[in-house]
Amino acid sequence: MRERNVSLLVGVIILALAAIWVDLPNNPGLHIHLGPINYDRDIRVHQGLDLQGGMQVLLEADLPEGEAIEPGAMEAAKVIVKNRVDALGVMEPLVQSQGERRIIVELPGVKDPELAIATIRETGLLEFIDAGYTFLPPDTVVETTFGGQEVAVTVPTTLPSTVAPAEGMTPTGAITGTSTVTPTVPLPTGEVFTTVMTGKELETANVALDQYGKPEIQFTLKPDGARVFADFTSRNVGRFLAIVLDKRIISCPRIETAITEGQARITGDFTLEAARSLAIQLRYGALPIPLRVETTRSVGPTLGQDSVRRSVRAGAIGLVIVLLFMLIYYRLPGFLAALALIIYALLNFALFKLIPVTLTLPGITGFLLSTGMAVDANILIFERTKEELRWGRSLAAAINAGFDRAWTSIRDSNLSTIITCAILYWFGSNFGASVVKGFAVTLFIGVVISMFTAITVTRTFIRFVFDVAGEWLQDRRWLLGV
Amino acid sequence: MFNIIEKRRWYFIISALVIVPGLIAMIYSTVRFGTPVRLSIDFTGGALLELEFEQPVQPGEVRQVFVDRGYTDTMVQTTADERTVLVRSDFLESEVKMEVKSALEDRYGPLEELRFESVGPTIGGEVTKAASMAVVTAAIVILGFIVVAFRRVPHAFRYGACATASLVHDLLVAMGFFSILGLFRGWQVDALFLTAILTVIGFSVQDTIVVFDRIRENIPKRRGEPFELIVNRSILETIHRSLATQLNAIFVMIAILLFGGATMKQFIATLLVGMLSGTYSSIFTAVPLLVVWEKGEVGQFLRRLRRREAQA
Repeated sequence: MRERNVSLLVGVIILALAAIWVDLPNNPGLHIHLGPINYDRDIRVHQGLDLQGGMQVLLEADLPEGEAIEPGAMEAAKVIVKNRVDALGVMEPLVQSQGERRIIVELPGVKDPELAIATIRETGLLEFIDAGYTFLPPDTVVETTFGGQEVAVTVPTTLPSTVAPAEGMTPTGAITGTSTVTPTVPLPTGEVFTTVMTGKELETANVALDQYGKPEIQFTLKPDGARVFADFTSRNVGRFLAIVLDKRIISCPRIETAITEGQARITGDFTLEAARSLAIQLRYGALPIPLRVETTRSVGPTLGQDSVRRSVRAGAIGLVIVLLFMLIYYRLPGFLAALALIIYALLNFALFKLIPVTLTLPGITGFLLSTGMAVDANILIFERTKEELRWGRSLAAAINAGFDRAWTSIRDSNLSTIITCAILYWFGSNFGASVVKGFAVTLFIGVVISMFTAITVTRTFIRFVFDVAGEWLQDRRWLLGV
Repeated sequence: MFNIIEKRRWYFIISALVIVPGLIAMIYSTVRFGTPVRLSIDFTGGALLELEFEQPVQPGEVRQVFVDRGYTDTMVQTTADERTVLVRSDFLESEVKMEVKSALEDRYGPLEELRFESVGPTIGGEVTKAASMAVVTAAIVILGFIVVAFRRVPHAFRYGACATASLVHDLLVAMGFFSILGLFRGWQVDALFLTAILTVIGFSVQDTIVVFDRIRENIPKRRGEPFELIVNRSILETIHRSLATQLNAIFVMIAILLFGGATMKQFIATLLVGMLSGTYSSIFTAVPLLVVWEKGEVGQFLRRLRRREAQA
């Protein structure tokens, strides 16, 4: 018995040391290169969006309610979104489907959230249309022969002259649209333009600065596209070839010569960011289904860091109070339980780093809470042991009975918390509410580890102390808080 | 032996005293706002924008910027100091937000966006439904769990029912608390509140199980004793532990409340109230109810009422 306890004790100490190593900041990580085994693992804290700042967006397919989505369309959209997100240069982005019509995107530490949303969300359908001999000003909305989805819905800022005012109404010169909409000029005849080529034929698209320093997009075409382009341009010199994005004109250059190399530029009134955004969209293709932003959550980095600092401080204070209480109230066993509690905290945090668990603010709160509750199991055991002692059992028997009897209580009562965690986790994952998920996970891990430390660590410590100093303690029962 | 159970009438009265103001607040809130607790954009949809300027700003003027663009349903308040404002409005498209920010920048100089949340209406409705479902499911599952765990005890169902009653008690206390603060301080329910509620459910039951467990253990041990006595003894035996555990959790929570970040305050406060209620209800609601049930006191109480009416 004694030998087994000593080996358990050694095991506990090794575990604690390992946990301390994992918990150290700036941990170098795990890199094993032994013969055939190659294992590289970073060990660090994974911070959630609310701690490091960043943005989470929930995108939903923007189709009318009853309309069915083509199979594979959402999947294709997700892939395109993922490509665009990767191109944004955000570290560790996350793109996940949710249900049948939704995509969740998480961009930790993103510098320009609005641009990111614009890049991801817009359909990005590029078309080259035959504009005949009319110059179409930029921002005109046009209809083309290339079928597809409804895109830029706009409100005309002037009444078409063919509409007669109703009786009793004074004709007004213009209706001002709501200011959330960019004003457009509707076409006088409702003409439909022929689409010569779409963005699918683009091989590459890059941003460059022209001789005046204005951003433009240089692109190359795939062989088929290059042929179509060369064909069209050589036969239509002098006509306008308008470049349309999401049914809106970006620029309308006149064809000066045939373009046979399959390379050209798109110029327009771009800011550098807008050009980059457009280049990304062109590179990866148009979305097969339009997406709209259903939910946005973004946190600036300062708020996040501030919250972490405060929570850690609060947690440390709380923990210290708990430890003091255990010491004062339960004395020697309390001291051992306090040690076990410290090990508990170390183990917990190590698990967060290893699994890894993305820590959010509620997650940290959950961890702190579970620390307060972790003593619960120990208290159960001690109270039981005290009772057994009061009934006249010997110290050894009292300790054993204390642990055994308390176990069913511990198990049953923690079970209800575990059930609650499961439900919270389900709820959180279905609504992109990562805050709820984070709390559920940390609380769950906390509860499980607390059961482990109470039964194993505390018991080992107590047994060890008793083995070593048992007789000395018999005469000093006050040390045990009896 | 100190008889706790004896004074059970008092405990029910105390519970009523605590719950009734909450109920009144919830009813008033429903009449005035349509829901018993005020809902945040997580449930109703809308937008929340927190901005920090480099100079003090006028909330009224900031609001005007939104109203001018058609967002008449906008509320602006200063938070930490006069340079930080919290704007609540209808759902904001990304482009509109950019416009508003540049307009504000033109007027007030540089600003920093602390946080932004925008929730579309469809999601809001779904979240509400799922939230209610989550709470109900949790209650049912836990109730079932108790019935199963206590199946060998005579009248197992009563334990489940009384635990549920104490659970409902705690929920009412927590919601009432939040409702009152919603009316006076504008607190709004978000996903975290739901988390707090579910956690309270978990812990409340946990606490109740500890006492019930002891009762279950004592019943075969003390066959001759009346139920009331066994139960009383069980309470006395476990009260130490319940209080000690509560105390530790409370230490941590108060530390977080005082020193932690502002975003967690509502969450922790609700947890605190809920868990206090949880401990109280385990000892002073669930167990007395068991006794009341066993002794058929509800029937007696009603009969006595009727007799008094007849006499009057």
